[in-house]
Amino acid sequence: MTKQMLNPVVDTVGVAAATPDEKQPHAELGLAEDEYSRIREILERRPTQSELAMYSIMWSEHCSYKSSRVHLRQFGQKNPKTPRLLAGIGENAGVVAIDENLAVTFKVESHNHPSYVEPKQGAATGVGGIIRDIIAMGARPIAVMDSLRFGDIDHPDTARVLPGVVDGVGHYGNCVGLPNIGGETYFDPCYQGNPLVNALSVGVMPRERLQSMQASGVGNVVILLGAKTGRDGIGGVSVLASATFSEDDDSDSRPSVQVGDPFEEKLLIECCLELFDTGLVVGVQDLGGAGLTCALSETAAAGDGGMHVDLELVPLRAKGMEPHDILASESQERMLLIVDPANVENVLARAHRWGLLATAIGTVTDTGRLVIDYHGQTVVDVPPASLADEGPVYNRPIAEPNDLALVAVDRAETLPRPTADEDIRRTVLDMAASPNLCDKSWITEQYDSSVFGNTVLATPHDAGVIRLDESTGVGIAISLDGNGRYARLDPYAGAQLALAEAYRNVAVTGATPIAVTDCLNFGSPEDPHVMWQFERAVTGIADGCQQLGIPVTGGNVSFYNQTGREAIHPTPVIGVLGVIDDVARRIPLGLGQTGDTIAVIGTTGEELSGSEWAWATHRHLGGVPPKVDLDHEMKLADLLSRLAANEQIAAAHDLSEGGLAQTLVEAISNSGMGAQILLPEGADPFTYLFSESTGRVLIVIPRGQELAVRSACEQRGLPITPLGVADAKTDGLHLRDHFDIGRAEIEAAWKGRIGAKLGE
Amino acid sequence: MSARIGIVTFPGSLDDRDAARAVRLGGAEPVALWHDDAVLKSVDAVFLPGGFSYGDYLRCGAIARFSEVMGLVRDAADRGMPVLGVCNGFQVLCESHLLPGALVRNAHLRYRNRPARLRVETNRTAWTAAFAPDAEVVLPAKHGEGRYVADEATLDRIEANGQVVFRYLDNPNGAMRDIAGVANEAGNVVGLMPHPEHAVEALTGPSTDGLGIVASVLAHLSEGAAR
Repeated sequence: MTKQMLNPVVDTVGVAAATPDEKQPHAELGLAEDEYSRIREILERRPTQSELAMYSIMWSEHCSYKSSRVHLRQFGQKNPKTPRLLAGIGENAGVVAIDENLAVTFKVESHNHPSYVEPKQGAATGVGGIIRDIIAMGARPIAVMDSLRFGDIDHPDTARVLPGVVDGVGHYGNCVGLPNIGGETYFDPCYQGNPLVNALSVGVMPRERLQSMQASGVGNVVILLGAKTGRDGIGGVSVLASATFSEDDDSDSRPSVQVGDPFEEKLLIECCLELFDTGLVVGVQDLGGAGLTCALSETAAAGDGGMHVDLELVPLRAKGMEPHDILASESQERMLLIVDPANVENVLARAHRWGLLATAIGTVTDTGRLVIDYHGQTVVDVPPASLADEGPVYNRPIAEPNDLALVAVDRAETLPRPTADEDIRRTVLDMAASPNLCDKSWITEQYDSSVFGNTVLATPHDAGVIRLDESTGVGIAISLDGNGRYARLDPYAGAQLALAEAYRNVAVTGATPIAVTDCLNFGSPEDPHVMWQFERAVTGIADGCQQLGIPVTGGNVSFYNQTGREAIHPTPVIGVLGVIDDVARRIPLGLGQTGDTIAVIGTTGEELSGSEWAWATHRHLGGVPPKVDLDHEMKLADLLSRLAANEQIAAAHDLSEGGLAQTLVEAISNSGMGAQILLPEGADPFTYLFSESTGRVLIVIPRGQELAVRSACEQRGLPITPLGVADAKTDGLHLRDHFDIGRAEIEAAWKGRIGAKLGE
Repeated sequence: MSARIGIVTFPGSLDDRDAARAVRLGGAEPVALWHDDAVLKSVDAVFLPGGFSYGDYLRCGAIARFSEVMGLVRDAADRGMPVLGVCNGFQVLCESHLLPGALVRNAHLRYRNRPARLRVETNRTAWTAAFAPDAEVVLPAKHGEGRYVADEATLDRIEANGQVVFRYLDNPNGAMRDIAGVANEAGNVVGLMPHPEHAVEALTGPSTDGLGIVASVLAHLSEGAAR
């Protein structure tokens, strides 16, 4: 900030009108010359300091989606129409109907840069922020998930970032009382200076409790609920999230990361739900990135168009805060409520019972202006839509990367591969021990998974499954997946592969996929090559969802994930939500019982480019990623939900990174059973074990159901290949005619790797 | 009429709903008690659930100890009412001096969530009466500050008195003498770190052993009524 911004004389609307030529630090605040000119046009004068701060925040990439908006429109255009969709893109989170009574809201969001600067608080407040989005829709948050990406596991900074991030995700979720039901953790040097921390939350509500963010009803009172406002996170969003770390900058000028208080958030959840249930609020909005600035302008813009706020009424926890500080603060655990004057006393009393501060700070007006006074002096007088909805929109230049053709021909299928049985056996174990495939218990054991008593499946299952209603047994399944390597090779296909995997992981539990949320992690939008990746990925998701018949209901874009000129792999992370009529019929991971048949559905081709094998054993990334067949995925999902409903399936597990070998390792380790496997005649053992062809699922068929399952597959044109039997007496994996690997050896390779790498 | 089991909600309690479900599934009637309630609503027993009461600022359970309801619980416990504290509830009972010893940060310094195998060391308490002697149970253990500590003399005394109620078979937190749960001398107040309320349905828990806790207190209460 410049000295001007610290000037103790309040810069009022009157002063601004009288001093049109005063030089303002718009460039330092990240506003381009033409953006600044537009603000002057809108206001017909220069902005006050407070207004300048508000525009700079709301027009930042993070808040305005100015680089992504032209592409994100595809979701609206291509989204399939479904009566389930009760609220979609543009709301705090998408809402989908589950049955005639219940609706579910879910969303994934990034908190990448703060988690690099201050891993624990960055990750914790990421979780806190997404939970408030869920509350703002009227729902009770019921679970969280996390998708994490770090640099090389052997890099010293990973030992700083990873434990902090996991501590933050765990601390916030555990203390606020939400089960963490799944997610993913990957390592790749491209995330070294730009770890990705994507957090998902899901909530449930009676359909009629859906809340609005509108500040409507002239005379209604604007109430700020929750924590006091301090200096934490001022400029956090606009400066921190939209500025690329420069290579030589090591610390000094980085703004502080917000600090979370999950206890306050827990009280906020309970208090807000009580207020919703008693019908005491007209509108509600969470305070997240951009704090009061965002909440006031969005609620005013969505409502009757006007609002008057007396800023000095905002309870502060720091001395000497100026109006623009109060407006920009990102202090956590705050909500904005719009309340009928007749109910104000009741709302304040209920907040008091929960030990929460609640303060009336303004009223809804019909002036069409957001007017903010500070001790009687007007410091802001703007049309709220100009902040919330009418920010700049850029159609940034797009250019195909120069190395595209070179990368495509550098195929992993040409790499030297093991052929002798002993070498293949060694590869199974080495792969199981590799950072991306090894057991992640060191991380997931730091998360509560059972609070609420409704968690039916959680990590290590392919998707989390939560019971919504004890009387009907109806539940949901969610999976969160991404693969930056595939997207680096082909962002369109990579995005669809992530979508297909999340969709399949939900289907593998027996649930029917119904909706999508996405977190799009990319480098700088000012780089035309990054913008090309972004456009391709968004198009891939939009086309994919159209074909699968499930809408994108919301999500988040995180740009500027790059250090210097090096951008991360384009990393779209996709969350798919499914519904299951009776959670008692969910399909678990494992190997069923002795004598059950193990089979693979789908076709195994020679697809090794972008695979975990190519990366883990050759540090190779090139070629064309596996082919996606969404029509096949839909048939597969239909089959699995039918088999689950008919109780004709004992277990199932998706085949993805690491191929069949890894799926067997996980099924054996997690079940305590052994597997006797005979590869199909003529199959090349290496390819069959390590190919990452998609659309494949390992299923375990209870005795007596083999014919029914085979005929269900044939009806749908799905190829099924019996591979062997589950057997409690077999020690680990018996691959007939090739090799055996005992359970102890499998577990020694697969387990305990993360802790060992981190020195624990 | 079924027994009424009060479940206290402090600000920051997290497992209160789950405790109510466990009580219901176990055949008793859950009764909600609020932290600043001035009455115990004629309950027959009290369940202090897990969570982070009052944010667990200062020290786990240290603030909850001074709540209105804990004054009532202390008096009722002195008169013999069965009181159970799970996880944070256990910490509150230790802070309230209703139970000996204290719970400190896990030896490995991390929060850890893992099903714990426990041995029921005594069935001569209000909350373990229905278990077979030396029964083995599996309950989820999930905490950052669950390492049971006490001075040697206290440990020797509670061992001798049969106040060690649950012992870990695979100690997850460095607890002294593998202690997972203890009772007061009279056996009506019991605290344990692992969560019986998260082991009441095969669908959602690692076992249904938690139901034995509710069955125990029901047996204890009906025995008292019969006397």
